[in-house]
Amino acid sequence: MSITRAVGSDHQLARLLQIGMVLEEVVEARAYKHAQSMETEPEAEILALLEDAAEESAEHRTKLESLVDKLEAEPVPFDQIEPLVEAQYGQTKPEDFDGVLYDQLCNEETAYKFYDDVITAIEASETSFSIDRHHLVTVLSGIREEEADGVEEVTTMMESRQ
Amino acid sequence: MNTSDQYLKVIYLVQQVEDGPASTGRIADMLDVSPASANEMIGKLQERGFADHEKYKGVSLTEEGIVRARDALQTYCIIERFLIEVLEVERFREEAKTLETVIDSTVAERLDTIIDRESQCPSCFAPEADVCELLECDAVESVDSEMAD
Repeated sequence: MSITRAVGSDHQLARLLQIGMVLEEVVEARAYKHAQSMETEPEAEILALLEDAAEESAEHRTKLESLVDKLEAEPVPFDQIEPLVEAQYGQTKPEDFDGVLYDQLCNEETAYKFYDDVITAIEASETSFSIDRHHLVTVLSGIREEEADGVEEVTTMMESRQ
Repeated sequence: MNTSDQYLKVIYLVQQVEDGPASTGRIADMLDVSPASANEMIGKLQERGFADHEKYKGVSLTEEGIVRARDALQTYCIIERFLIEVLEVERFREEAKTLETVIDSTVAERLDTIIDRESQCPSCFAPEADVCELLECDAVESVDSEMAD
């Protein structure tokens, strides 16, 4: 066991990026489920938010997959994660539109925290990765920035509904 | 998981194994840090009200420390189970230990939405075997056989 918060190998980096892919896939699958499972038709504003969230997560997943490929690791396919989300969704689904927004806020905040921690751990590392470190940090920082924008967008929407 | 939570988790597990206060040496060994570093962090945990340190006896967690330690252990259990169930990682214990330094509890909570975890978690974690006793998979069997050899 080590308490060092630094990424120590290509293998560990690839594993973290795979976890990032799964997080994005969970967001994407849950957004689809939220839109389908609401008993009443979601408001246009919320529906647009869910569609944007699913689209953005798919884009992030593609970027992460490209990094995982370069590390010669296996990407995590969306169709592997979607049934897992489906299987557990009943126990974790939001009860109303405010719950959907709260879930979406958690998604964005969690993703932001994840990328922030991974970037910190990469920057703290002296390991020479087999992919370009500058490119890696640039891609992850770009995704982190979009997650920060997402937090702001959902927060604004939640405040406007109060 | 931050450094103090890693310490709290290890103290909690060592206390269970030793059935009493955790020795600083054992804590340092498990975290792969020097006894001086362990002593320094234990002092900080005591200042924050998470632990009591008695010279020559060892460290005991306070009630607040136990709550935080169990939360940290639960985060670890989620990572371990996620690695087995979702990514099908054979060396899940080794990898969980390297990943827990980077994976925060909020991230683990999201991963938890796609795994099957028992409600008694983390009480089902067996400190001596250093693994959840409810995990059933080939990987656990191979760990068990390695320990038996």
